[in-house]
Amino acid sequence: MKNRGIISGCMAIVLLIGSACSPLPVVTETATPQLPDIETTELHVFAAASLTDAFSEIGKRFEAAHPGASVVFNFAASQQLAQQISEGAPADVFASANKKQMDVVIEAGEVLSGTQRTFVKNRLVVIFPSDNPAGVAELEDLAKSGLKLVLAAQEAPVGQYSLDFLDKASADPAYGAAFKDDVLKNVVSYEDNVKAVLTKVSLGEADAGIVYTSDITGDMAGKVDRLDIPDGLNVIASYPIATVKESSNPDLAQAFIDLVLLPEGQDILANYGFIPAAE
Amino acid sequence: MISLGSQDTPIASQKVSPRQVYAAWAAQSWKLLALPLLLFLTIPLVAIWTRTSVADFWATLRQPQAVQAITLSLVSSFTTMLLALLFGTPLAYLLAQRRTGFTRFADTLIDLPVVLPPSVAGVALLIAFGRRGLFGPALSTVGISIPFTMLAVILAQLFVAAPYYVKAAAIGFTAIDPELKQAAALDGAGHWQTFRFLILPLSSTAMLSGMVMTWARALGEFGATIIFAGNLPGRTQTMPLAIYIGFEIDLEVALTLSIILICLSFFALAVVKGFLHRKLAADFESSSE
Repeated sequence: MKNRGIISGCMAIVLLIGSACSPLPVVTETATPQLPDIETTELHVFAAASLTDAFSEIGKRFEAAHPGASVVFNFAASQQLAQQISEGAPADVFASANKKQMDVVIEAGEVLSGTQRTFVKNRLVVIFPSDNPAGVAELEDLAKSGLKLVLAAQEAPVGQYSLDFLDKASADPAYGAAFKDDVLKNVVSYEDNVKAVLTKVSLGEADAGIVYTSDITGDMAGKVDRLDIPDGLNVIASYPIATVKESSNPDLAQAFIDLVLLPEGQDILANYGFIPAAE
Repeated sequence: MISLGSQDTPIASQKVSPRQVYAAWAAQSWKLLALPLLLFLTIPLVAIWTRTSVADFWATLRQPQAVQAITLSLVSSFTTMLLALLFGTPLAYLLAQRRTGFTRFADTLIDLPVVLPPSVAGVALLIAFGRRGLFGPALSTVGISIPFTMLAVILAQLFVAAPYYVKAAAIGFTAIDPELKQAAALDGAGHWQTFRFLILPLSSTAMLSGMVMTWARALGEFGATIIFAGNLPGRTQTMPLAIYIGFEIDLEVALTLSIILICLSFFALAVVKGFLHRKLAADFESSSE
């Protein structure tokens, strides 16, 4: 078993290296606010996966406006971020894709209730590959037998919203009570987060998926086509943002949130398909 | 186990100066350096047991999501193991032949899935066998669509885990004395007979341990599966996927499935290390007598 010896030897080395690399000391409290450009201060922003593109751009603006600050993003499904923060992950700002996951963090005592603000809204849209293999033309087609539908898992906000939309449609006589069940029979995968849904549809592996309007930006717009969900059936998602109580740099965290709420940040978000909070 | 006392110090009847005792202890003190990593590797595996009770464990085991994930994991990993045996044995036999540039190259290729991140494997499988992949159009003309099916789960596992079997079997084949094969040939044994009655029995231990390792690796497959096969309870949601997705809402399911996986993996390793190694050593002794 010489071979397995080598493999386990390599694994031991990898683990050794991994455990030896403790995180580099991050200068936070030691940095004097008067001289922010001497030391680099890291701001840890935990944001919902759907915010990836928009927040990355806001992050660059923020760094330009705050010399010495470096924004470190952790983009993932909101429920994962909520879990991580509740378990004590070092976050300064939490931007969730729904109220529920913000509540999880508030209940865990990591965010002061009442300090969260709605900074943007989003709505659902049905997407399908540009060459439309299943011939999706209207919402009723989602119930067509044999269609391969990909949804986000119910644990993710967008997954729950998708189910809410199907509930509303089933209550509507135009779609019929069986609509939700028929659509759910077509689900071939409950993806972990909204970006995974988008990827599976844009690759053409699935015939249709449900994502946020804000997801269809940039080069994705050329790969997938969209089918709008009427307002009456749609779910408008409100995104709350807040500073985390244990933030090592609350002032900088608040400055980041301010930028998101200012017209400058709202414009960037609107460019990525979000609905500004004021609307 | 680590023992800081020294068994090799002179027996008590001789006079031992404190200096010698100290020197003996000092000589053993390096063993302390082994502790941090040993603890680091064991503590999390033990810690996971402290967060659940026996009653919760059994209650969770009866939940449909857990039952589906366990069933799917067992069925797919055993299928993977059998496929690895079926298709991996000829490949391992090829690799065990005289070393040429080709076999060396193939040998390296087979090592690749072992060191690659499984997510790379998932993307690569999608690009090759996805609906829009290299073979997607050809497959769809015969009505086969692999992604989001149990076949995708098995292919993901096979891609990541089969190399363990192939490598182990190849080492087993290589270890057989060429003179034995020549003797068999002289006695008039054909190719198949040599393989069936000489090579197979002599390398059965290596093959078996390779199969167990492949099974264990297949059981733990996650990254390639979630990308290539997606996540649908009852069809493609294996135990690792149920742990990952379930972690966020139902920690109890994640904990229970984790404990089962730890037990199964420990069992697999124990089989390979304990039983099979002893058998290997016995085989070696009897063959060298």
